[in-house]
Parts: sequence; C-alpha cells; structure tokens
Amino acid sequence: MSEQELKVQEKKTARPGGENTKNETYFAPHVDIYETDREVTVIADMPGVTVEGVDLALEDNILTIQGHRAPQAQPGRIILEEYEIGHYLRRFTVAESIDQEKIAASLADGVLTVRLPKAVPAQPRKIEVKLG
Amino acid sequence: MPYVRFIDRPTFRNPWAEFERIRQGLDELSRSYAEKSKGQGRANVYPALNIYEEADRLVVTAELPGVKASDLDLSIEGDTLTLQGKRERRQNEAGISYHRREIQSGGFSRAIALPTKVDAEHVGARLVDGMLTITLMKASAVTPRQIQVTAE
Repeated sequence: MSEQELKVQEKKTARPGGENTKNETYFAPHVDIYETDREVTVIADMPGVTVEGVDLALEDNILTIQGHRAPQAQPGRIILEEYEIGHYLRRFTVAESIDQEKIAASLADGVLTVRLPKAVPAQPRKIEVKLG
Repeated sequence: MPYVRFIDRPTFRNPWAEFERIRQGLDELSRSYAEKSKGQGRANVYPALNIYEEADRLVVTAELPGVKASDLDLSIEGDTLTLQGKRERRQNEAGISYHRREIQSGGFSRAIALPTKVDAEHVGARLVDGMLTITLMKASAVTPRQIQVTAE
C-alpha cells in the first residue's frame, strides 16, 4: 500500500497571554504554513469549531489564530476518553509585510485556511557575479 | 567634585525577585510534567475516540479534520464498529515553499469492540466541522426496562 497511515498526533496545550480566569483548555492546532511569491497560507486543523468561533488577528506582525468551541453538553457518562476537547490558540510571527485589507479565511471540514497576501510582491532579483 | 545625578542612582534591586523567578520556573516545570501525564496519547490507532454511554444509546465521537463524508466508511458487524477513511493531501502547487508541515494525510482504519450489543439498524452518523458523532442505539435486550411495582 502506497498510502501513508494516519497516526494519532499528540495535542499540545497552548497558553494564552495571562492565566485564564475560566478553567478552559487551549490546544495549539497543527498547522501547515507555506509561501508563494504572492502570499503566505496558514492551514490549521480545528475540528469542532464553527465559523462564528474563529477569531483572527494580525497585530504588530503577530498572527493570532483562535478557535472557540461552543460549549456542548456531554452526552451521558464517558466510558472511553482518548482525546480532550478544548479551544484552539496559536500565534505566529509573520516576517513578511502583509496586506492587512486582503486577508481571507475559510473554514471547511474543521480545517481553517488563512491567506495572507504580501503587501509588495517580492521581485525576484538576480545578482550577477562577475569574475574579477 | 563627584556628583550623583538623579538618573545615575542604581536601581533598587529586590533581593527576593531572584527567588520569585526560580519559583516560577519550578512551577512551570511541574506544570508541564503534570500535563504530560494527563491521559493523552493512549490511543495509538487513528482516530482517537471518545465514547459516551446513555441509558439507551452509545455515542462515539472522533475529531477528523479534513476528512470528507464521502471519504469516510463506517460499518458495524456484531458489536464491532469499524471506521475507515482517508484524508486527501492537498494538491501541491508549483513554486511553493513550506515553512511548517505538521498536518498529515493518508488513510486510517480502526475497529473497536463496543461495550454493549447495539441495534445495527438504528445507527446515526454525522460529520460536522471535522467532528464525527456516531449514535448507536443499544439492543433492546440490554436497554434498561422500567419495572412497575404494584402495591397490593
């Protein structure tokens, strides 16, 4: 079989700036971040988060991704617990200058995609090396 | 004549500040150990499941981000529930460079023995926002039945 098997990835807890007044757990979502010459894309796994629960901010080059889960009543007595439910929080320092106005985000199947277009498209510059 | 300018005064150093800093560091350390030992990583087959029991039903939940309902295959045989599926890799565009790659793709298959007999005819499954919820009604034989007590 050529296809890779999925593995259970450990959830890492994230810490908001100060201590929480509410006893809520935050996890750092797993992310993919990639860059093209026009934009930076951040993809984050946030299962259980609806569009209303997503909170994005880009301030002083710090991109903050937050996903809040609506509180849900636990259906009955728990007999097996292999994962914990919590909110999501992760921060990144974005090195590139980003056009704040054009940031776009979408959510599908519990996966958040954030597109951060670069403010000035970086012109590929060729540096010629001369033989001296 | 030597003179002391106001701003040249050494800043007052709290002798306890250093102890406080060490204490905070130790707190941080013990906290991270406590969190590590807290139940995570018990599931070694994807996906990790939570199972809840109610009087008449079992509820199985799993976090399946990026899995489409059409790529998920559930089956029940006797009291064994099987979850199979795959997470597609996004197509790789040309000219992109990855900064981070933490999200996996691939297939999964997990079979789990349910703690009670269930009615295979009445199974409901929903996949919303990457959360799978399977509701299995218990077989009538194991559903608790109210017994009327009559007074003579």
